[in-house]
Amino acid sequence: MNDALDVTLRLLIVFVVFLTFPLLIGQTEHKVMAHMQGRLGPMYAGGFHGWAQLVADGVKFAQKEDVVPAGADRRIFQLAPAVALLPYLLVLLAIPIGPGEGAVGEVIDAGIFFVLAVMGVGVLGSLMAGWASANKFSLLGGLRTAAQLLAYELPMLLTAASVAMAAGTVSLPGILDAFEWWWLPWQIVGAIVFFVAGLAELQRPPFDMPVADSEIIFGAYTEYTGLRFALFLLAEYAGIVVLCGLTTVLFLGGWHGPWGADGLGWVWTLLKTAVLAFIVIWLRVTYPRLREDQLQKLSWTLLVPLSLAQIALTGVVKVVIQ
Amino acid sequence: MSPTYATLTTAADTHGFLSPTGVEIVFLLVGLVTFGAALVTVTTRQLVHAALWLVVTLGGLAVEYLLLTAEFIAWVQVLIYVGSVVVLLLFGLMLTRAPIGRSPDADSGNRWAALTVAVASAATLVWVVVDAFRTTWIDLDGPAAGSTRVTGESLFQNWVLPFEALSVLLLAALVGAIVLSRKAKAESSSPSVNSRAETGSSPSAPDSRNHPIGRNGSSEGTEPAEQEGAR
Repeated sequence: MNDALDVTLRLLIVFVVFLTFPLLIGQTEHKVMAHMQGRLGPMYAGGFHGWAQLVADGVKFAQKEDVVPAGADRRIFQLAPAVALLPYLLVLLAIPIGPGEGAVGEVIDAGIFFVLAVMGVGVLGSLMAGWASANKFSLLGGLRTAAQLLAYELPMLLTAASVAMAAGTVSLPGILDAFEWWWLPWQIVGAIVFFVAGLAELQRPPFDMPVADSEIIFGAYTEYTGLRFALFLLAEYAGIVVLCGLTTVLFLGGWHGPWGADGLGWVWTLLKTAVLAFIVIWLRVTYPRLREDQLQKLSWTLLVPLSLAQIALTGVVKVVIQ
Repeated sequence: MSPTYATLTTAADTHGFLSPTGVEIVFLLVGLVTFGAALVTVTTRQLVHAALWLVVTLGGLAVEYLLLTAEFIAWVQVLIYVGSVVVLLLFGLMLTRAPIGRSPDADSGNRWAALTVAVASAATLVWVVVDAFRTTWIDLDGPAAGSTRVTGESLFQNWVLPFEALSVLLLAALVGAIVLSRKAKAESSSPSVNSRAETGSSPSAPDSRNHPIGRNGSSEGTEPAEQEGAR
C-alpha cells in the first residue's frame, strides 16, 4: 500500500476511535450507574434505551453560549480544553491493539515513556483552566489537581518500569511480544497500583477531590460552559479509554488470549479494555470520595512502597530465571 | 569509545552549510521558536504566563532531541520537565502568588546583571560545544543514534560512574530536603509559643490564651497573613 495513504488511514482510524469510544463509555456509564442504583437511566433519546442520549447532550452543549468570565485570562482560558484533550489523542496513537506492525497507530521505540510523558501533559490543561478562570474554587481545584498528579505520577512510573524490566524493552508492541501468561500473577501488584494511580490521575471517583462538587463546585471547570466544558468531559472519558487500554497492554497481555490470538487478537484487547472500563464505572458507583489527606496518604504510604516492592520482585525473578 | 560515536562522521566535506537538508531546516526553525519562547519566559510580566512559556521552551527542546533521533531523551525531557517540574512550578505559584494580569513587582532590578551572566554562560557553552565537536556530523539516516537501547548501553557501560555520582547527589538533595523541612518545623514551633505569649493581648490573636492547645499549632498565626498575600 502507498505509504502516505497508509499513514492517513491509520491516523483516521485512531481519530474515529478517539471520537467514538469515549462516547460509548459515557453511555455505558449512564446505563450501568443507573442499573446499579435501581433506576433505568436515559430511556427516550433515540428510541431504544436512550442510545442517542450523548448525541443529544452534544447538540445541547454546542448550542450553549461560550462564556468567558470578565476577570479571566482569556487566551489561556480558551486554550485549556485543547491542552487537556489532545494528549489523549496522541497516546491512543501508540497503543497496539493486535499483533504485528499493522495494528498500532505508530510504533514508538520508547513507547512507555512517550505514553506516560504525554499523559502528564494533559494535566496542564486542568491547571491552566483552574488558574485562568479567576475563581477561587477553580484555583483550589487546580491546586488539588497538581498535588494529585505529583503524588500519583511516581507509582505509575515505577510500576510501568517494572513491566519494562520484565520484558526487557520499553516499546509497547515489544512488551506484548515478550508477554507470557505467568506475568499476570507476577505483575499483579504492579497492575493494581498502576490502575489505581491512573484513576487518580484522571480524577475519577473515588479520587475526584479536584472536582468535588460538594466542596468546590466543579473545581477547575467551574466557569466553563458549552463546547469547552464538553471537551473537558470528553477528555475525562478519553482518559478512561487510554488508561484501560494501557493497563491491558502493560499488564493483561493485550492481544494474547487463551485462543484465537492470530486473527482475533484485537477482540481480546477490546474485551479486556471494556472490562476494565466497566470496573472504572463500578468503582465510581461503589466508593465514596477520599479526603485530600487520605488521597496523599494512600499514594505515599501505600502505592509507592508497593510499587517499589514490585520492582524488587521483578528484579529478583528476572535474575533467577535467566 | 561509546558506540554512539560510531555513527558520527568527521567528513565535513560531504556536508555543507549551504545545502541544508529538510531536517536541518526544521531543526533551525524549532530552535528559533524555542529561543523566542525562552526570551518571552524571562521577559513577560505575567508570572503564570512565564511558566507556560517555559512549557513551550522545554517542549521545543524535546522536539530538537527528536529531530536528532534521540527519542528516549526527548520523552524523558517531556516527562520530567513538562510533566513534573512545570507542574510543581505552577503548583508553587498558585499556592503563593498567581495574580491574573501583570505583576508590577515582577521586574527585577538585576536585569542587566542577569543579562550579562546569561550571555556569558551562553557564550561559554557555545564555545565549548563548537570547540569539542567542530565539523563532526551526526548521520541521521543510519540506525537511530539515540534509541533507548543505544542510550542505555552507553549510559551503563561508559558513563556509569557519572551516573552513580549523580544518583548520590540526588539522594543527598532528597535527604537534605527532608532534614530542612523537619528542622523548620521543630524551630518554628518553639519560638512561636514565645511570640504568641508576647502578643497574646493583641486583637489579632484574641483566643490564643484561652486555648492552650492552639499554642502548639506552629503555623496558626502566620496562615491568614500568607493567604492575604496570595491574591
